[in-house]
Amino acid sequence: MKNQSIKKNLDWSCVIIYSALVILGWLNIFSSSLSSPDNTYQKQLIFIVLTIPLIFIILAIDGKIYEKYASIIFVVSLISLAGLFVAGKTIAGQRCWYAIGSFTIQPSEFAKAATSLALAKYLSDSQINLKDVNRQIQALAIVFLPVFLILPQPDPGSALIYSIFFVVLYREGLPAWYVLTGAAAIVLFVLTLVIEPQYVILLALVALVLHYFKSRLGDRNIVLSSILFALMSGFVLSVSYVFENVFKQHHRDRFNILLGKTVDLKGIGYNTNQSEIAIGSGGWIGKGFLEGTQTKGGFVPEQHTDYIFTTVGEEWGFAGSLVVIGLFAALLLRIIYLAERQKTKFSRVYGYCVAGILFTHFFVNISMVVGIFPTIGVPLPFFSYGGSGLWGFTILLFIFLKMDANKVNEW
Amino acid sequence: MRKILLPSLIIIAASLLLIRIFYLQVINDTFKLKSENNAIKIKYDYPERGYIFDRNGKLLVSNQASYDIMVIPRELKNIDTLEFCQLLKITKEDFIKNIKKAKVYSPRLPSVFLPQLNKSEFAAFQEKIRKFEGFYFQKRSLRDYEVDYGANVFGGITEVNESKIAKNPYYKSGDLIGVQGVEQSYEEILRGIKGVKYIQKDKYNREIGSYKEGKYDTIAVQGEDINLTIDAEIQKYGEQLMINKRGGIVAIEPQTGEILALITAPSYDPSILVGRQRSKNYTLLYYDSIAKPLYDRGLLAEYPPGSPFKILTGLVALQEGVIDEQTTFVCHHGFSYARGRFMACHGFGPHQLNNGIYNSCNTYFASAYMKTINKYAKPAYAVDVWSNHVKSFGLGDFMGYDLPTGRRGNIPDSKTYKKIYPNGGWRSTTIVSNSIGQGEVLMTPIQLANMIATVSNEGYYYTPHIIKKIKGGAIDKKFTTKHVTTIDKKYFKPVIQGLHDVYNFGTASSLRVEGIEICGKTGTAENFAKIGGKRVQLKDHSIFVAFAPKDNPKIAIAIMVENGGYGATIAGPIASLMIEKYLRKKITRVDLEKRVLGISLRDQYARLGGMAEANAIESTPKENFVKNMAAAVKVDSTKKIN
Repeated sequence: MKNQSIKKNLDWSCVIIYSALVILGWLNIFSSSLSSPDNTYQKQLIFIVLTIPLIFIILAIDGKIYEKYASIIFVVSLISLAGLFVAGKTIAGQRCWYAIGSFTIQPSEFAKAATSLALAKYLSDSQINLKDVNRQIQALAIVFLPVFLILPQPDPGSALIYSIFFVVLYREGLPAWYVLTGAAAIVLFVLTLVIEPQYVILLALVALVLHYFKSRLGDRNIVLSSILFALMSGFVLSVSYVFENVFKQHHRDRFNILLGKTVDLKGIGYNTNQSEIAIGSGGWIGKGFLEGTQTKGGFVPEQHTDYIFTTVGEEWGFAGSLVVIGLFAALLLRIIYLAERQKTKFSRVYGYCVAGILFTHFFVNISMVVGIFPTIGVPLPFFSYGGSGLWGFTILLFIFLKMDANKVNEW
Repeated sequence: MRKILLPSLIIIAASLLLIRIFYLQVINDTFKLKSENNAIKIKYDYPERGYIFDRNGKLLVSNQASYDIMVIPRELKNIDTLEFCQLLKITKEDFIKNIKKAKVYSPRLPSVFLPQLNKSEFAAFQEKIRKFEGFYFQKRSLRDYEVDYGANVFGGITEVNESKIAKNPYYKSGDLIGVQGVEQSYEEILRGIKGVKYIQKDKYNREIGSYKEGKYDTIAVQGEDINLTIDAEIQKYGEQLMINKRGGIVAIEPQTGEILALITAPSYDPSILVGRQRSKNYTLLYYDSIAKPLYDRGLLAEYPPGSPFKILTGLVALQEGVIDEQTTFVCHHGFSYARGRFMACHGFGPHQLNNGIYNSCNTYFASAYMKTINKYAKPAYAVDVWSNHVKSFGLGDFMGYDLPTGRRGNIPDSKTYKKIYPNGGWRSTTIVSNSIGQGEVLMTPIQLANMIATVSNEGYYYTPHIIKKIKGGAIDKKFTTKHVTTIDKKYFKPVIQGLHDVYNFGTASSLRVEGIEICGKTGTAENFAKIGGKRVQLKDHSIFVAFAPKDNPKIAIAIMVENGGYGATIAGPIASLMIEKYLRKKITRVDLEKRVLGISLRDQYARLGGMAEANAIESTPKENFVKNMAAAVKVDSTKKIN
């Protein structure tokens, strides 16, 4: 009976898009790793096959368990992150993995789901009003706890993903100025790097003066405007200072590549340049499956993991890129649609978290690959090679699908 | 509002990514090219160049293998350097230097360690090559010359230059291309078509297999063999006769236009421009601005032809009806053709066409020419009529033969004189020098040869050509198209008789060959040079045109010997020896042959430049010349293996 209702109530469109992305991902991993001696694509196939029992288990577990044990899951996840400092394995300078025999597992991939559950639990617990500063601090604490454990590993890519929780919190009532401040900070940050800081400050001044005189008389607040201007100037100057004095050269270079300032194509610019060449050579319909010359030649580094999208671009062209980006957008919008129709706040918040996390991964990864975002290690969900990532995203998604399928039983 | 933020972000982000990808993939097309440079290597499979044979099937030019020793520095292991250097006959310093150079280029990729070894240099090394890990060899095909003559006919092959690569997409840097001679003219036939293989490379530039399973690969097409119209025997003989002289000889088979011999002197052994020695020797030849061994005098030397041109003056006058065979002009060791103007002549007494020709009487032909020009009221019209008759012998322009160099020569017409005399006022007396092949008339030896061939045919010629047969292909139609002159056939008979009588009673009576009816005409061309800032008249160029046999011509020949003096002294004997050699295959007048071989004009030439190098080259017979000019040129003992 119960299984039948799951079958009936499961959102099959999400499942189909998920499956399509996983299969397409594997085909591209197959192509990009065909010439390498490691049996990468075989391993990924095993990971994919193993997601099937994993999905069955998630769907079989009572949906309420997640809400009930959200706190415990979160604590366990935090412990697993903290444990890395003791028992973690260092790969390529990052202490992000536990090694069990030849098998490695990356706890940060699972921490995102755990954090989402914890946040959903916290927000659903009572009639929490995020207008309350205490509540804001508590909610943000849940988000930033794992970030503080992930950043020093160091894994800035995974940490970056947590910024999307602001958008989730905004949906649940966090004051708009958080998001506005964030957006303003990003704009000022980029502007400071592109043009000189003094011009950015001048620009801010002009904007504020214009705003002041355009406001109705009663809304004019010279003190607030002055404070805002001081804050913006301070931020711009500190960004400039941090960029020049705190950042290491390789950090600066990652930004400079995007800004077109550094053109050392053999050194720091190699990844982005090769990635753009691979994608750019795809044309309208690509070179065909297994025909990508850049892919075969192994010119793009980390192609089966973070740069997997280059294979899509090279072998499937603009048509293939359109399909993959279209599938992602469809999946994300579908999840938001499902989240909005949830009957409990817990599952709604959780659904939002799922959409937000997947979205951030999707956007940061592909924009890095196409050269509009600095090089940062973030995998493409369902596509990139790696068991931890695939399972982490699968668990994240299917917990939500289970909740969604369960909504009829909520009463 | 709060619900819209995330969906909006998703849609904006997806659109942004698609716009960026669209820009990369569709709008900006530089990435495609970069990708090809990155990952695809093109390998060429060079077909063997076609062989070159003479008209009788004698092999003249074939191919020889040459070997480049290659090295991949990373793969070097425990080399016995001493043994290695001994086998290749190099010093240890060379070894270290070359390895270092290869390492600088790339430790992973092959570099040329030692280029273009010949078979014997390579043989010893080949047996031991397995002992030297990291070394291997690459075979190339170079030209192998079976003969030591005909360098100007063959031309050679060399690495293609940048401007040619830019013009013709077939050629890539490092490809070989025919330059000069038939190697250039018949480049596409001899060369064949190279095969192309597309190879997929990896990021280390290593080859990891063929691109798209060889879908775009092509197979090399073998170069075709060709037969030249050259007769190897007289080509060789002519070059021998020209030792220690400068000049050009062109022999044509009149009834077909086939070039039997094309000789320029001084020349060189074509094999000195093969392989490792090519660039060094080429530089030596190129900078010899005095003897100009690379200058094909048979095709390029433009001179006033002198007396042989009187043949045409006579024919045009006959055609125009201003003279007949009986018309008589009286010569008083020349004649006054205008007030105060006198053209000198060695002849004396009354001259008709026949003795006019065999005595080469200036008075007779100058008079005939003036009658031709004066026939029409306007000299401009008259000179154009005359000019068109002369040009119908294929003169005054490039002839269209299949060799890459040439000169137009010059046959003046009214335009020429309009330029020289912009105010007019010129008439027949002004331009009378044309009648005796001076004035504005210029001809190259091949034009002279074609002229005498046309005369021997009594009024027609085929464009001279050097290609006889292309294996698996036809020769250009223009070489089998008959060109007929504007002179009626009947006028040739008396002229030919006159040319025959040059041997009976005239300037070449001492050069008769028993049993062969030769017709010919001597000539001399005045020439001047600036020596020490003064214009000095040098010894005349010796010119001779001839054909034989008289009634069924098999060979027509033009000879020009620079500073050889009177036509009958050097050019005449050479013509008669070559005709005998060609028609009889042997020489009966051994004394004459010996005398011609012994003539050296190097004293004459020394006056010209006084350059030490020029003297050094001229003072030795050709065989030694080769050794002298480049002591390092090794005589390749295995050359004739192929």
